[in-house]
Amino acid sequence: MKHVQIIQKPCIKSGNHTACGECQASCQSACKTSCTVANQKCAKEEK
Amino acid sequence: MIHAFRFQDLNVLLDVESGAIHTLDDAAFAVVQALESGKDAYSIGVKNETVAEVIADLNELRENGAYEAEAGNAPEVTGGTAIKSMCLHVAHDCNLRCRYCFASTGDFHGARMLMTPETGRRALDFLIQRSGTRKHLEVDLFGGEPLMNWDVCKQLVAYGRELERKHGKVIHFTITTNCVALDDEKIDFINREMHNVVISLDGRKEVHDALRPTVNGKGSFDIILRNAQKLVATRGDREYYIRGTFTRNNLDFLEDVKALTGYGFHQISIEPVVLPEESPYSLKEEHLLRIDREYDALAEYYVNARKGRDTWFNYFHFMFDPEGGPCLRKRINGCGAGTEYIAVTPDGDLYPCHQFVGMSEWKLGNLDSPDLRTDLQKSFLGCNVCTKEICRNCWAKYYCSGGCMANAVLYGGALEHPHEISCHLMRKRTECAIGAYVKER
Ligand code: SF4
Ligand code: SF4
Repeated sequence: MKHVQIIQKPCIKSGNHTACGECQASCQSACKTSCTVANQKCAKEEK
Repeated sequence: MIHAFRFQDLNVLLDVESGAIHTLDDAAFAVVQALESGKDAYSIGVKNETVAEVIADLNELRENGAYEAEAGNAPEVTGGTAIKSMCLHVAHDCNLRCRYCFASTGDFHGARMLMTPETGRRALDFLIQRSGTRKHLEVDLFGGEPLMNWDVCKQLVAYGRELERKHGKVIHFTITTNCVALDDEKIDFINREMHNVVISLDGRKEVHDALRPTVNGKGSFDIILRNAQKLVATRGDREYYIRGTFTRNNLDFLEDVKALTGYGFHQISIEPVVLPEESPYSLKEEHLLRIDREYDALAEYYVNARKGRDTWFNYFHFMFDPEGGPCLRKRINGCGAGTEYIAVTPDGDLYPCHQFVGMSEWKLGNLDSPDLRTDLQKSFLGCNVCTKEICRNCWAKYYCSGGCMANAVLYGGALEHPHEISCHLMRKRTECAIGAYVKER
């Protein structure tokens, strides 16, 4: 491609084998006011 | 859906549904913006041949699912509405009188009181009973100031460890503290037992002391800094955050981040205060441009500082890990308040989260009567980025996950109406986080 550089391929995990519910509740992380999931980790990836 | 934006000298394109990220040259950025606004890309002053090349590039991305991708399939969470996360209000009291405190300086608009060990144990039993098949549970020792009820904190951690063994669970204990009452014994215990420690410290001494006096009206900065440094110095690689708050008094909060890194901290989170408009500290629409500029300056400082081993630090809201990040369902469901997350007060009342505590119309129940208000739980369950129109059409939805529901109720007017100022800040921080990530690649 001439005008575009790919930095990150598609990465949002979906479908089977997701939604196990084991990851941290996002509000339990640092801020306790402005929740975000951008910096949360999938518990499966952490293992 | 896509979002194209400038970050420093870069043109960045986020493909919302796939999470793919690209950089564009100036011609491609102009073409993408034209296409987004429904203009004819051949009429924007870019050479026709170049426009055709850009469109070919975009088509190639599209074929690879990296441009204007369709939404993925997000199955419901396995095991339904189990509770996995608990905010234990071990102390509705505090040794500080912070002027911006959402908890009315620790009492949550009620009596100043401490949680008894029995109530704490019953809360942990309740968590285990309601956790279903979830293995990983979280318990935050919270207040007010949890160190004011230290013996109970220790007893509850010991009880939690018993429950882990008995029920095959893993409990991550965390503590959110102002560190004023910290001593060596508490530091040892916290470093041994707490998965994460959140320490409230606002940055520069004059900024901190202006809003965070002790009960006697003295500044709390010196004692907090001394104790926090001691805790962090002995914490090794375990997680902690220095969690500051900025108000309209310190819109130059980059200086507070610099001060915190100067004190030797490497894990930093400085958050915007959320208060009613009439508060003298609240952030209002008229402050947003100034805050945007500050986030830009902070992002530049962050990217540069992280190049050096000695200057490297993490900024909570700029941390961004696309590969290791959560699945689509998690991004849709958000913070889990009232469903997988619950707060327990010293008298055993149950609320959707710590920020709802004291709002009687949002009380879910009490440890004495195990049935929670299912109507309220349903409202929380049904409130996510797919059901809220404003979120559904928001490019930041899979990073924000729908915002703080308590702020929506308090300042947006309803569960379904996110607080607009918080949305603006969330989008700005997400651009900075993605931009910083691209810069570091
Ligand atoms: S642990 Fe991973 S797969 Fe499971 S719900 Fe969380 S993000 Fe999704
Ligand atoms: S920024 Fe606002 S509109 Fe966008 S997803 Fe978050 S809460 Fe919803």
